[in-house]
Amino acid sequence: MNTAIDVSRHRDAVEFADGVYWIGALDPTLRTFDIILSTANGTTYNAYLVKGSEGVAVIDTVKENFSDEFFARLESEVDYADIKVIVLNHLEPDHTGALPELMRRAPQAKLYISQRATSMLKALLRPSAGVFEYTTVKTGDSVSLGDRTLRFLHTPFLHWPDTQCTYLEDEAVLFSGDVFGCHYCDKRLFNDLVGDFRFSFDYYYAHIMRPFKKHVMDALKLIEPLKLKQIAPTHGPILRERPRRYVTHYRELSTSSLSSEIGGDDQSMVIFYMSSYGNTARMAEEISAGAGDVEGVRVSLYDLEGGETEPFVDLIEEADALLFGSPTINGDAVKPVWDLLSSLAVVNLKGKLGGAFGSYGWSGEAVKMIEDRMRGLKMHIPREGMRVKLIPTDEELDECRGFGRFIAQTLVGKSPEKAVIDFADLA
Amino acid sequence: MAKAKITFEDIEQTVNVPAGTRVIEVSEKIGAGIIYGCREGDCGSCMMHVTDGWNNLTEPSVLEEKVLKENMASRHDRLACQAQIIGDCKVKPA
Repeated sequence: MNTAIDVSRHRDAVEFADGVYWIGALDPTLRTFDIILSTANGTTYNAYLVKGSEGVAVIDTVKENFSDEFFARLESEVDYADIKVIVLNHLEPDHTGALPELMRRAPQAKLYISQRATSMLKALLRPSAGVFEYTTVKTGDSVSLGDRTLRFLHTPFLHWPDTQCTYLEDEAVLFSGDVFGCHYCDKRLFNDLVGDFRFSFDYYYAHIMRPFKKHVMDALKLIEPLKLKQIAPTHGPILRERPRRYVTHYRELSTSSLSSEIGGDDQSMVIFYMSSYGNTARMAEEISAGAGDVEGVRVSLYDLEGGETEPFVDLIEEADALLFGSPTINGDAVKPVWDLLSSLAVVNLKGKLGGAFGSYGWSGEAVKMIEDRMRGLKMHIPREGMRVKLIPTDEELDECRGFGRFIAQTLVGKSPEKAVIDFADLA
Repeated sequence: MAKAKITFEDIEQTVNVPAGTRVIEVSEKIGAGIIYGCREGDCGSCMMHVTDGWNNLTEPSVLEEKVLKENMASRHDRLACQAQIIGDCKVKPA
C-alpha cells in the first residue's frame, strides 16, 4: 500500500496534475447523506484549484462546517487576491457551503454557473444578500486563466437541473461534479490507492443518477469524445487510474436491458397485486388476460406477497405501464402496495401509464388512493380504476378484461376513438 | 359565452371549454400527461408544447416568460398552469 498520501494528517493542497490541486475536506464520520443515502465510511467534499498564468480558478467548494479545512488547503497554495474565477458545477449545499465566505474573501472573483443554476444561486445567497455578479455558461463556452483554459459542458439533471462539468484541456482533467462521484472517504484520495470502493460507486449511481439515465446518456455523448487523464468528481476518490473505465461503466449502468431482450417495439406492462380472499387476484388475472390480447404488449403479473421491493423496483423502471391491485382494508390500500409505491424515488416514472383496481367489502378507497399516488409520481392515468364489491361477477370480470385491454391499447396508441367532450361534463 | 376547443395530443382527447379556462383546469380532469408542481407559474414542471393555435392562448406574463427562459423552453412552449384558452389549440407535454 502506498502510504505516501494521507490528507488527514495535513491541511495542505494536494497537487495531482500540473498546477491542479485538491482542496477538499474529509468527512469520515458521516453515516447518512441527505437523509436518503447510507454512507458506511463517510464521504469527501472535493473542491479543486487550477493555477493559470493570469489567475487562479476555484472549482466548487465544500459543506459549510468543513470550510476551515477548505480555506486552509486553499491558503497553502494561493492568495485570495489571485482568485479570478469560481466555477460552480453543482449548487447543492454540500458544494456551496463555503461559497459566501469565499466570495467575501475574494470579492474580485467572477462566478461561472449554468443557466439553470441562476435561481438556485439567488436562493442560496439570499441570507447574505448584497449584489453579486455571475456569468452563465453552456457547452462550448470557456474561461481563460492566461496560459490555460477551462471549458464547460452543459450536463443538466446529473442530478439537479443546474449541474455542469468543467474540463481542463491541457491536462485532460474533467471536473465532473457529482457525476462519477461516490460517498467514500479515504485519506489516500486516488482510485489506485484507496480501498475497494466499487460498492460505493455503484450505490451512489443507483441512488443519485439512476432516475436521470436519459440525461446521463446525453452527458456521456459530451464526455466520451474527450481525452481523459483524470476525472475529479465532487465526492469520493479522484479517478486517475484508467478513468475511461468509469465512463464505460456509467454507460452500462444507464442502458436499458429489457428493450434489448424483448424487442425494441414491444411495450411492457407489469401488474402487481395483493389479495386477501382471492378476489383482487381474480381481477388481476382477467386484466392481465385482456391486456395480453393486444399485440405488441408484454404483460407480467406479480403477487406482491411473494416478492421483495428491490427487484420489483427494477421491473418498474423498465415497464411502460404499471397496474396496482389492492383490496381496501380499514379504508386504505394494503401496506405492501404502499411499501412499493414509496420506494420509487430512484427511478423515473414520468409519463408511464398507470392504473389501479381492487375488490373491497365496505367502501373501496384503495383504488382512488393508489391512483392519486401514481399521479403524484407523474404517471398518467388514462382511465378510472376498477372497483368490485367482494366477489367479482362474470360481468365484472368481463369489465376487468376490457380495462386491461384499454390500458394496453392506450400503450400501443390504439385506444378507441374518443368523441369531443364538454368541459361542463367533467367531474 | 365564447367556446374554444383544446386538444391534448398525448391522449388524443378534445374538450370544449369556455374561453378563458386555464389549461390546468382541463388537463387534470381528463388525465392528460402534463404534470404539475407548484401550480403558480414558478417551478416550470407543467411546461407544455403548443403544436397548433399558439395565438389562441393568452400572452405569457413577464413572470411566465422568465420561468420559460430559465427552463430552456423551446419556441411555442408554455406553462399549462398559466396559459388561458381563448381559441382552438392543440397541446402536448413538453
